Order: sequence, then C-alpha cells, then structure tokens
Amino acid sequence: MERFELLDAVAVPLDESNVDTDQICPARLIRAFAQPGRHEHVFLHDRRFNEDGSPKPEFILDQPAYANAQIIVAQRNFGVGSSREAAVMAVRAAGFRAIVAESFGDIFVNNCFKNGVLPIRLVANEVDALRASLHRQTGAHVAIDLAQQTVTGPDGGSYAFAIGALRKRCLLAGLDDLSLTERYADAIESFERTYRAELPWLKL
Amino acid sequence: MIPEPSGAPAQTMFARIWRRHSVLALEDGESLIYVDRCLIHEGSRPAFQSLDRLGKTLRCPAQVIACADHYVPTTNRERGTGGIDDPAIRQMVESLEHNARRHGCTLIGLDDPRQGILHVVAPEQGITQPGMMICGGDSHTATHGAFGALAFGIGASEVMHVMATQTLWQEMPRTMRITVNGHLAVGASAKDLILSIIARIGTGGATGHVIEYAGPGIRALSMEQRMTVCNMSIEAGARAGMIAPDDTTFEYLAGRPAAPAGALWQSALEYWRSLPGDIEAQFDREVRLEGTQIVPMASWGTSPEQCVAIGDRIPDPLRETDGARREAQARALEYMALQPNQPIAEIAVDRVFIGSCTNARIEDLREAAAVLKGRRSVLPGLVVPGSSAVKRQAEAEGLDYVFQAAGLEWRESGCSLCTGVNGADFLQPGERCASTSNRNFPGRQGPGSRTHLMSPASVAATATLGRIASVRDL
Ligand code: SF4
Repeated sequence: MERFELLDAVAVPLDESNVDTDQICPARLIRAFAQPGRHEHVFLHDRRFNEDGSPKPEFILDQPAYANAQIIVAQRNFGVGSSREAAVMAVRAAGFRAIVAESFGDIFVNNCFKNGVLPIRLVANEVDALRASLHRQTGAHVAIDLAQQTVTGPDGGSYAFAIGALRKRCLLAGLDDLSLTERYADAIESFERTYRAELPWLKL
Repeated sequence: MIPEPSGAPAQTMFARIWRRHSVLALEDGESLIYVDRCLIHEGSRPAFQSLDRLGKTLRCPAQVIACADHYVPTTNRERGTGGIDDPAIRQMVESLEHNARRHGCTLIGLDDPRQGILHVVAPEQGITQPGMMICGGDSHTATHGAFGALAFGIGASEVMHVMATQTLWQEMPRTMRITVNGHLAVGASAKDLILSIIARIGTGGATGHVIEYAGPGIRALSMEQRMTVCNMSIEAGARAGMIAPDDTTFEYLAGRPAAPAGALWQSALEYWRSLPGDIEAQFDREVRLEGTQIVPMASWGTSPEQCVAIGDRIPDPLRETDGARREAQARALEYMALQPNQPIAEIAVDRVFIGSCTNARIEDLREAAAVLKGRRSVLPGLVVPGSSAVKRQAEAEGLDYVFQAAGLEWRESGCSLCTGVNGADFLQPGERCASTSNRNFPGRQGPGSRTHLMSPASVAATATLGRIASVRDL
C-alpha cells in the first residue's frame, strides 16, 4: 500500500450529500476493476458522461482547474451504500488520495484505509468553511498532515481530525494489516482451538 | 477468548457476541475478531486475486460460502453459464465457481439446487446461526443479524484478510437500540417498518453503530420479516442490525441442512438462549417507535430516507431548514422528475420489480400474490424469487401461476433488477420502477433509472393501478 504522510494538493469542493457507491462506481462498471488497467473514468461516471460516452464538461470534477485535484471536500454521508471496494478504487484511479466530509459510509471508510485513501471527518461548519474557501479560490490547495492530524484550507483555517491509532500507523508506514495479523498467528491458533472445542457445531 | 469477569456490568447482546469473538484487543482501540462465516459472491473476485498474488491459502475454506447471484441470468438457466451471452459477465460467474472450487470453499453455484441470493440462501440452508460473527463481501450481510448474529459487510481486501486468517481488525462500534412498541397493523409490513425507521433517523442516522431491534413489535415478526428489517439496517448507515434469538428463530432453524442436529442441537440451543442482552444493558442511543402507527411507505427520492406514507405528499425543499438536506431533496426531485408537494399516489409508474434480498423470500411472494390474485397488472414487471428453493416452494403453492396470470414475468432466482448488472435485467434511462429492493440510488437499476422502494404488497397494488399505491387503495 502507498504511504500517506503529507498531502498538499488541489482540492475540489463537491456541494453534495449522499454521494453513494452506485454513483461513485456504477455496479455495471465494477467488473472493469477485475482487469488491470486505467480506470480514471469510472469515478462518478454517470455524472460525468452522457449515455453515448461523451463528457458532460459542466460537472465540477472535470473543470480544468481541478484536473490535478487529489482531495475532495464533500458534505455528509459520502460513500454510503455498497461494500464494493471498486468505489474506493475508482476514487483512487481518478487521482484522489483524501476525502473530507461530515460523515461517511462505514464500509467505505474501511475500504479507504486498505487502498491508501484517507477519509477525514470534520464537523459541518468546518467542512462548509473549507468548501466555501475553495469556491472563493478556484483550484486552491488544501494541506493534510496525517502525523499532526490536521487539515489546512487555502485561507489558513486549520482543523484537527481524529483517526484510530492502528489505521494511522498502517497508513503512515504503508503497511497492510495482513502482515500485522500474521504476528498474532499464535493467538489466533489458540483462540481457535478453545473456541472450536466449546462450540463444536460451528464448523461447516 | 477474554474470560467473562464475575459481577460484570450488564451487557448488550452485541457486546456479548463481540467479546466471545475477540481474539485480542490492541490498546489503540482495534480488536482482532474471529469470524465464523464469510459470504462471498462474484464481486469478491479481487479478494481471490490478491490472495493468489500473495500466495496465501484459505484458513478455513469450508467456512467461506460462495454464491452465484449478482451476475446470474434469470432466464435460460438450463444452459448454465453458456446461457450468458456477454463474455465478461459469464466470466464473473465462472471465475467465482472456479476460485471457490480451487480453494475448497462451500460453493453454491449457478447449477446448484440451493442457488440464490447469498442473504436468502445462507439462512435458508441453516448456515446462518445465532451468536455467529458473519462477514460478507456485500453490505446487505446485515440481513443475518435477524438470527442474533453479528453480521456486516466488508470490502474485498477485508474478505481476503478473512479468507487468509479467519479474522478481521475492527474498531468497536457504538450501540443503538430501536424499540418497536405495539404490533404492526394489518396492511403494514416489515418493509414499511424499516422504511419508517430510516425516514426517521436518516441515511446516516446509525453510522458507526450496531442496531439492536427490540420490543413487542419486533418479537411478533416472523424470521422472514426480521430479515427484511435487518437487511436495510445498512440503509440507515448502521454497521449491523440484530435481533435477539427466540423460539421463532429456533423453530426456523430446526432441521435446516447446515443447522446442528441431535445432541449438538441441544448444546447449541443452550448457548443461543444465553445470547440476548441483559435487561439493564445501556445503549449509546435509544430510538422508540409505535408499531401500530406504521403505514405503507414509498420512497420518492434517491436516498432511502426520502420516503413518505403512500397517502402523503412529497416534501417541498423550500420548507426544509437544514441546508444540506434541502439541496439533496431538490436534486432528488430533479433526478426523479417529480414536483414538490405532489401526492405520491399520483405518480405513474412504468414497471414493477418483486425481488432482491430484502423482499424475495416465500412470505414476500405470498404477500404480493395475495394482492395480485384475480387481478391484472397494467404494468410490465419481473418477479424474481430470492433463491431456487423459494422458487420451487412458490411453484408448489401455485404462486407462479398467480403472477403469470396477472401478466408479470416469473424468473429464475438472482439479484436481477435490484442492481442491474447481469446484462439483461435493467431499466431504460428515465424509466420509473416500483421495486421491493433496498436502494433507490441514482442509476441503481440502470443508468438514469428511477426507483421507488416499497413493500411487496404495495408493489403488487401499484402493478394493478399503474400508479404508486398500497393495498388500502384497492
Ligand atoms: S439483491 Fe440487491 S442488495 Fe441484495 S445482494 Fe443482490 S444486489 Fe445486493
């Protein structure tokens, strides 16, 4: 997994709530991720392209000022819905490494951490202030410092965010949790032995 | 296992099950949780790919249950995967079967008589049992909480982790209790109940929480109705939804193929009876509803929280005080091509869908057939049983005849129009569908599709009238 430390990049304000996983990665496009390749068009596909495949250039994400954006600042309930990891892969393939919102779908958050994408939860007025400042200065940068757990907007406003210690550690080091788990192989082994003996009907 | 200290404070059922599965807890708040069952479908392909890339094998292969459901065709099934014309879609089904066989998973493939939607099949086969920790590569894994299991959806990377280690890292969620006092009135269903709950607490209302549904209104529900309620917990943002097991649960499970039998059944039963939470247990949040006041509901927007009673009007965003919600409402109205203040029962519909892991069990089909019996549907539509076993049962009861006589198509089981990925069952842009499924997101049933979520009885009533209706309108 890619490491995440400091990110200072163009941020796009997305004035929307409930950006669900079916919008982020339409179900019929999930299988695209079964093959390696470039998938930068999948993210919010049906918002950005007409049925004949021609682009809808008016959509904010596709405006030239945001061509290199790596951060999204949305409203609430980002990534609600399906467990499809393709949703996060689509976000990542479109070049984004962090999403700031008031709230997220739980499974989406877990999937983000597996793919080196940082979901940041801030309270409503902070997210609103951040988006407002990005609207005032189109194409401006937002700086994210994972070690310090801060998000700093173009107007200098800085906001602290919370993150679980393990997740932070994994993301900072680019560590995947399988290698972590393998360190506890003995604990799993002995748990399993007792568990199986006590609840013998569970094995299929 | 962390031993239960004597004189421990009162515990919720969730906490009891969590504790029972906790292999270890790190100081920074994450726990390593042991998993009893992992449910997968065609979409779990990337999990196998990364497993292969890392050269790992499955720790408990038989505990991984693979169901072909999302991409399966609902016609021409006698031709097996050869009946799938689109090679990319065929490959999704074939690679699930291939991977599952190769790794020794419990495979319920396209040709299996048990085939069906994973959340219908696992309970039906007795694979889902109380007290279990069940995770699945699908968000509606919440369904299995109806048995008093802790069950939730995970992404493909986590599925891979579970396949390799039989464990999962998790932060302990918060708890919420939703108490339903009073039984549902005649004409109101479990779907109407869960839609009312979501309308009340919102799509993000239970984010970060596990919901325990309780109270007389819940106890009175059948297992199938409980599954409908728990299924849509995820639409309220919940990590999981669960219902304490009781005699209704045990009666349902007795004699199912994968349920314990003989002496093991007795020990299991004893364990299951110890699961319900202590009366004094505290929840982080409490919500109370009056079951007798639940009425038939329909969604009007693009989020499951955007729903109203079928006798009511669509809201006016101008009256909404919360800015984000106002914008979301206005955008939903535009997408759905509806007007503020319009009575929802005036909305003309193009098509109906009776299916999905929310509402395609035998009781759901009976409920819809009871309404359609002796009536004609004025709309085209699909009836897609949740599993092949449900299909056989429905046919034995003559329900297939009722649906076909009404003018609806009777199909083979699968996810079908719920998510529109099998290459054949999807809506045209702008088409409006009354659906028993669980999500009305933009494009969910096909690009540009418009979905109205309702109960099976209401979808059946809508089919006969051509506009959004409940049985009370017939
Ligand atoms: S029926 Fe719909 S919601 Fe259920 S598992 Fe299939 S696609 Fe998902």
